[in-house]
Amino acid sequence: MNTSVLKKIWRPFLAILLFIGLWEVATRLFSIEEWLLPAPSDIVMEARSVIPTFLPHLQSTVTLSVSGFLIGTTVGLGVATILHLMPRVRETFFPFIIISQNMPIIVLAPLLVIWFGFNALPKLIIITLACFFPIAVSALGGFTQTNRELVHYMKMMGANKAQLFWKLELPHAIPSIFSGLKIAGTYSVMAAVVSEWLGAQKGIGVFMTLAASSYRTSRVFVAIIVAMIISLAFYGLILLLEKFFIRWQQKGENN
Amino acid sequence: MLELRHVSKSFGNKQVLQEISLHVANGEFVSVIGPSGSGKSTMFSLIGGLLEPDAGEIYLSGENITNKRGFISYMPQQASLFPWRTIIENVLVGQELQGKKDYERAEAMLERAGLGDVIHAYPHELSGGMKQRVAFIRALLSPQSLMLLDEPFSALDEFTRTDMQKWLLSIWEDDEQSILFITHNIDEALFLSDKIIILSVNPAEIKEVIEVPFKRPRDEELLLSEEFLQWKRKIMDVIQY
Ligand SMILES: Nc1ncnc2c1ncn2[C@@H]1O[C@H](COP(=O)(O)OP(=O)(O)O)[C@@H](O)[C@H]1O
Ligand SMILES: [Mg+2]
Repeated sequence: MNTSVLKKIWRPFLAILLFIGLWEVATRLFSIEEWLLPAPSDIVMEARSVIPTFLPHLQSTVTLSVSGFLIGTTVGLGVATILHLMPRVRETFFPFIIISQNMPIIVLAPLLVIWFGFNALPKLIIITLACFFPIAVSALGGFTQTNRELVHYMKMMGANKAQLFWKLELPHAIPSIFSGLKIAGTYSVMAAVVSEWLGAQKGIGVFMTLAASSYRTSRVFVAIIVAMIISLAFYGLILLLEKFFIRWQQKGENN
Repeated sequence: MLELRHVSKSFGNKQVLQEISLHVANGEFVSVIGPSGSGKSTMFSLIGGLLEPDAGEIYLSGENITNKRGFISYMPQQASLFPWRTIIENVLVGQELQGKKDYERAEAMLERAGLGDVIHAYPHELSGGMKQRVAFIRALLSPQSLMLLDEPFSALDEFTRTDMQKWLLSIWEDDEQSILFITHNIDEALFLSDKIIILSVNPAEIKEVIEVPFKRPRDEELLLSEEFLQWKRKIMDVIQY
């Protein structure tokens, strides 16, 4: 198990090391200015000095994106359930959900700021919206794709609507819901950082804009890398949860 | 136990079942044979309350169950086990739907059925034949006293199929359940049943009801006996005309 993971991982890992090495050498060789493109070593140095002041920003962004993610997940699952159990309502609203899924939510941000001010609320709304759509769509997809033979079995056995939902449709949709959760997890960090650009006291987005406006490019890189790490950590956490929930699934099988 | 009285059903202007009347007694094993597309599964959906008959009524133990669900237990052609449940959790589904779970009894039944080793396995770890066994035990453990089995062995290969038939009898013969069994295999119907109902096609009507005289418990020898072959010939004659 462990050796196979190592086998899979060493090539990409080596590629990254090589890339960083080339980057370092290139910035020195062509003496590129730090404000234009800092060398990896500059970024590491900057990170070490700036991390203590950076921590509150980090904490603020993580709290924001986790809250938004949780609210978005709850609302997304709730709405998907309601739409699924009420076919008429679904027929009416599902097209809107699909359309709005393809809209860049972030364009709503200025409007939300006008309505709700520069506090946490408009940011939470944006993150919630960004997480809501992939989860609602994937859950609804999972519910409707429930194996017909299993549905027929349950109906023949006299299952009522609630039993059909809790015992069959919901567990059947879990793999599908998790693919939505993974997308939403990544979106939530992105939406949090971008919404902080609009104005906030704290957050990685704020830290980033401050650093960028004073051309402290190394700092911008530190913020970028930290945002990426948070995003990956979310993803990994959701992956772990998925492993736990879908441990019944055959390897390589998806249905 | 179960009684169908003049049940008819059409889809659009296509009549599928016409004036079907039949009777399954307590503890009786009754098979329905007819070509595919003749309306056998439709008949089950009517008994299960999923479809509404155009005419006629369905009674179970004297109670009118036409259009009512939850009175029968069911085993489909595909095992239809829940992939996220272990075997023991799967066989408890029928009981869960009716509100009372008996874990010990399920465990004992699985042991007796030769499934003791896979109680905590997941369905994808089992072969096709094993899955069908689990599906049968699930139907047997459901609290309803009538089981509807819709071509449960037709997806299995010949060897597994004969094993399954013997296995089914060995489990069922100790039990009090009544079975209504759909098949299009004459050997299977003769080997398993007390009574065989032969359907015609377009629309399906009852052509003939045959009482099977073989004593129980039955074993494989029966399949090769002269008597068995004579009955088989008789049924084939009925189907031909
Ligand atoms: N829901 C339905 N709507 C329309 N036609 C149906 C429906 N269900 C079954 N039929 C038709 O009824 C006939 C009998 O089907 P079925 O009961 O599945 O046959 P069998 O189980 O004997 O093979 C077939 O011709 C089939 O196409
Ligand atoms: Mg059928």
